Amino acid sequence: MMSLEEISQKIQASAKRLLTEGKVEVVIGYRRGSIPMMAAPHFARTEDDCNQLIWTSFARTNLAGYLSKFSGKVAIVAKGCDARSVVGQVVENQILRENLYIIGVGCLGMVDTELIQAKEPRLYREVTEDITTIKLFGADWNTNIVKEEVLRRNCKTCLSRTPKETADELIGDEVQPLPNDNWADLKALATKSPQDKLVYFKNLIQGCLRCYACRQACPLCYCPVCFVDETQPQWLGKSNDEMDTLTFHILRAFHCSGRCTSCGSCEAACPMDIKLREFNRILEEEVQKEWNYVPGLSWEQKPPLTTYRPDDEADFIK
Amino acid sequence: MSEFEPKIVAFFCNWCTYGAADLAGVSRLDYPPNFRVVRLPCTGRLNPKYVLEAFKRGADGVWISGCHPGDCHYIAGNYHARRKFTLLYHMIEAIGLDPGRLHFSWISSAEATKFQEVACDVVEKVRVSGPNQSFRKAKLDLGLAEVA
Repeated sequence: MMSLEEISQKIQASAKRLLTEGKVEVVIGYRRGSIPMMAAPHFARTEDDCNQLIWTSFARTNLAGYLSKFSGKVAIVAKGCDARSVVGQVVENQILRENLYIIGVGCLGMVDTELIQAKEPRLYREVTEDITTIKLFGADWNTNIVKEEVLRRNCKTCLSRTPKETADELIGDEVQPLPNDNWADLKALATKSPQDKLVYFKNLIQGCLRCYACRQACPLCYCPVCFVDETQPQWLGKSNDEMDTLTFHILRAFHCSGRCTSCGSCEAACPMDIKLREFNRILEEEVQKEWNYVPGLSWEQKPPLTTYRPDDEADFIK
Repeated sequence: MSEFEPKIVAFFCNWCTYGAADLAGVSRLDYPPNFRVVRLPCTGRLNPKYVLEAFKRGADGVWISGCHPGDCHYIAGNYHARRKFTLLYHMIEAIGLDPGRLHFSWISSAEATKFQEVACDVVEKVRVSGPNQSFRKAKLDLGLAEVA
């Protein structure tokens, strides 16, 4: 298994090669964040910039949203879910395929810092990692945490860990999916009564400040004016009303239906650690079940809501 | 105390169900007066946020009705709408809104009797579901018109 340093070096080498050969004008990747357990987006244009590119298991942000900010040729470092979002950007005509170079990385999953802090609440000063463990260093102590125990939920059930079909080049080993059922908790939720479901979802969003960090972090949310900012008519009140918040989350999920690749950027960005993807997953499952569509796997297949079949089933319509 | 009378927001396609409602009226067919009709050019025009807005503002039920698949005035508007409805219905159900509050139908402008039947059915179902208390804003934002 390739180490994280080796993957980082290979990313750096690829970035340098692409820039010196003039194939791209910028390489979008990750660099070390300003605090431990954080990776920041990095835009490499020179050789010095390239040396800062890294690969870690804290690279939770999806970088695909940055692509449309550049008009020239761009390379992007992408794990499986990010590569699917990149394909989505091309399918939705946000970027041109010929301006794009995908550096795919086989991904063992990103870690949930909340879970780490739950396991080790003491204040750490430094964090290092290797392929299987996270090492926390405090003032006079250190702990090892097994990565597999603190993986993000979407990484546990990810079916596209290696972007081998869509990437222009692949770094690292091909990673096999973990044997987890993505829909187990949804099935359990579906058996509850309507009242219990509503209580569950209202509790879920109780902490929501409507700061819209989830929207900003999402590579799918590129509308010039978001419906939450529209004022005539005003769809959402500006106060923290429970129904307004619930409406926001329902509609956010709706706008991402058939497009969400479960990259978890929204959850990573949420300052209140709300499990936002609970909403997205309802429609993700439905799209898969009804129209057998999984977003971001094909350059040609049309997104489900832009097309139709005359024999689509809908037995709830009288 | 008088019996609960549901308020239902109905979104009708201009080319079929709206005509069916007209025909039902002209034909003197009885149906309950619980609807506030919003006329749409096509069910494809329906944005899911209209439905949520209706509930949020206190509607007890929502009824969406348009042309039969294949009969769309704009060729494929209702085919696209049908996909949106599938997601909307599933989402609303999964979130925990009583499915008895949200109704869909295909009614052509000639089907006045079907309109009557479905109208009665929708009102009965929403009546059973009772007043919408869990899916509405506790305090409504007053628009300028309402204040003045």
